[in-house]
Amino acid sequence: MSDVTLDPAPPVDAPQVKRKNRFKSVFARDRKAQFGLVILAIFILGALLAPFLAPYDPNEMTLNMMSSPSGDNLLGTDDLGRDLFSRILWGTQISLFVGVATVTLALVFGVLLGVLAGYYGGWIDMVIMRYIDLQWAFPNFIIAVYLVAVFGTGLLNVIVAIALAFLDDFARIARSMVLTLKEEQYIDAARVQGFSDLRIMLRHILPNAMAPIIVQATVSVSYAILGEASLSFLGLGVRADTPTWGLILSDGRSFISRAWWLGVFPGLAIMLVVLSINFIGDALRDALDVRETDI
Amino acid sequence: MTALLRIDDVSVHFPIRKGLLQKQVGEVRAVEGVTLSLQRGEAFGLVGESGCGKTTLARTVLRLVDPTLGAIWFDGTNISDLRGKALAPYRKQVAAIFQDPFSSLNPRMTSGQILSEVLHVHAFDGSIPDRVSELLSLCGLAPRFADLYPHEMSGGQRQRVGIARALALDPELIVCDEAVSALDVSIQAQIINLLEELRVKFGLTYLFIGHDLSVVRHLCDRLAVMYLGRIMETGTSDEIFSSPRHPYTQALIDAVPAPDPDGEDAREHVNLAGEIPSPLDPPSGCVFHTRCPIAFSKCATDVPPLQRLGGHHAASCFAIDQNKKTTDPKIRNAKSQ
Repeated sequence: MSDVTLDPAPPVDAPQVKRKNRFKSVFARDRKAQFGLVILAIFILGALLAPFLAPYDPNEMTLNMMSSPSGDNLLGTDDLGRDLFSRILWGTQISLFVGVATVTLALVFGVLLGVLAGYYGGWIDMVIMRYIDLQWAFPNFIIAVYLVAVFGTGLLNVIVAIALAFLDDFARIARSMVLTLKEEQYIDAARVQGFSDLRIMLRHILPNAMAPIIVQATVSVSYAILGEASLSFLGLGVRADTPTWGLILSDGRSFISRAWWLGVFPGLAIMLVVLSINFIGDALRDALDVRETDI
Repeated sequence: MTALLRIDDVSVHFPIRKGLLQKQVGEVRAVEGVTLSLQRGEAFGLVGESGCGKTTLARTVLRLVDPTLGAIWFDGTNISDLRGKALAPYRKQVAAIFQDPFSSLNPRMTSGQILSEVLHVHAFDGSIPDRVSELLSLCGLAPRFADLYPHEMSGGQRQRVGIARALALDPELIVCDEAVSALDVSIQAQIINLLEELRVKFGLTYLFIGHDLSVVRHLCDRLAVMYLGRIMETGTSDEIFSSPRHPYTQALIDAVPAPDPDGEDAREHVNLAGEIPSPLDPPSGCVFHTRCPIAFSKCATDVPPLQRLGGHHAASCFAIDQNKKTTDPKIRNAKSQ
């Protein structure tokens, strides 16, 4: 049948389409997003270059205790005479790493569960979603505290604990997206063409479900940073000799009436990073969400 | 000559479940005991108002829905209980064109990617890019369309990409589920002509689902009229349109307005009372008796069998003989004006 000679009708020519880069155009317009990008870039650079930028060893104790910000100690020192600027700089590494690693973990496994539940339905959906419901019944932070209490402190445990606590949000969003997208005719078309379930999920459902998931991810990065800070604040975080923002804040709280800088600077660092990531998340939502409007 | 596709007494029921234990509280009888056969190379139409089960029947043929009862035979093989890999040969020979050109193409893939994916999955031997250009030009699109995303094309162009996708693997049968209903009338005509052209060129068989009688009449050799999951009447397009014998078919054809306003005014109409009943609780006996202008007592108790009327023509109605003379001339008149 395929060897019939083809005699095509004069084809319609394709219209010229100018494709704007949506990311570029959104970020070029959005001042808050620009602010976010700049601040975040500064923190990332600071984290990477901490070994070179930090004027002191973050754990080196001196007799110069509780001194206020000055030329020698840019942000002052704490009760053990450690340089606050160096500690915050080193802490950026841990905090950003925890934020990104946690969310990556939560995203991968949460989306996996959500897509399976939504795509297959039936008892698979039932089992997965009842687990997610169970988890939803507890505040995220309580789950993280519980997991760390059971498995012990330490960087890896903190990351896994926070990731597990955040997993349900991703699972829920992914599942609801899959339920909507499953009704689209291009999914029927894919099934009629004999595509495997895996291909349909990876190539046809996931790319179309990513926009809300990415937005949730940026929000979650900031919550993860706060979560790590909160765990450290409670003494359930990373080891005591690793400076993290939460730990610095926690150590400084007893002296906050005499040394304001011990509360303000680590708090400011957390706030700036969380704010920046949220601004970027908003812009990402704008850039990803509207796919039909840029004709 | 054996039929390419034989739908053999197929019923599709959807259970309605409620509560924690998912107890079945009822069922929607979307398709009820339908038997049809399509010869190789013919275009077969399936018409009826929305909710009559025609799309469900199409989805059953495409194996997107499992038949509750009955079997579907394709080229001598019963495909209604094949699953997974066993279904692959059937998937290559049967393609579909969908109703909505906006939702039938993945918005994140260019038409080139959409077309090459099918070829890739089914291990097309030959140059995939060449085949993509060939498919596009078959459907009246320049090769440059391969780089466009669905939202960068018009509805008609998108539908052409959908048709190109259906042709990709040289299928035997194409199921067109309301393939032109979502398009503008002028675009409809182009797409219908394209479908006809392709059928002749490749000897395709169409199962064409539609509610627009003039489109179905134009495109199809034979057709079946469905109502509430059952076949009311079937026959060649000429048989059905020039001498409809079932009161439902007569009402459907009558509802098509005549192009001439004077003729339209002069026409007497058969108006059907009420709405299509719920397939949750279909009427007893003949499902059409609640709205039928000529129903009598037997219609409410017994299910009328499909009676042969000569040629391909058959209708399921107890009143076929009485019904013949009353409506025939009138429909003819309306059409000849």
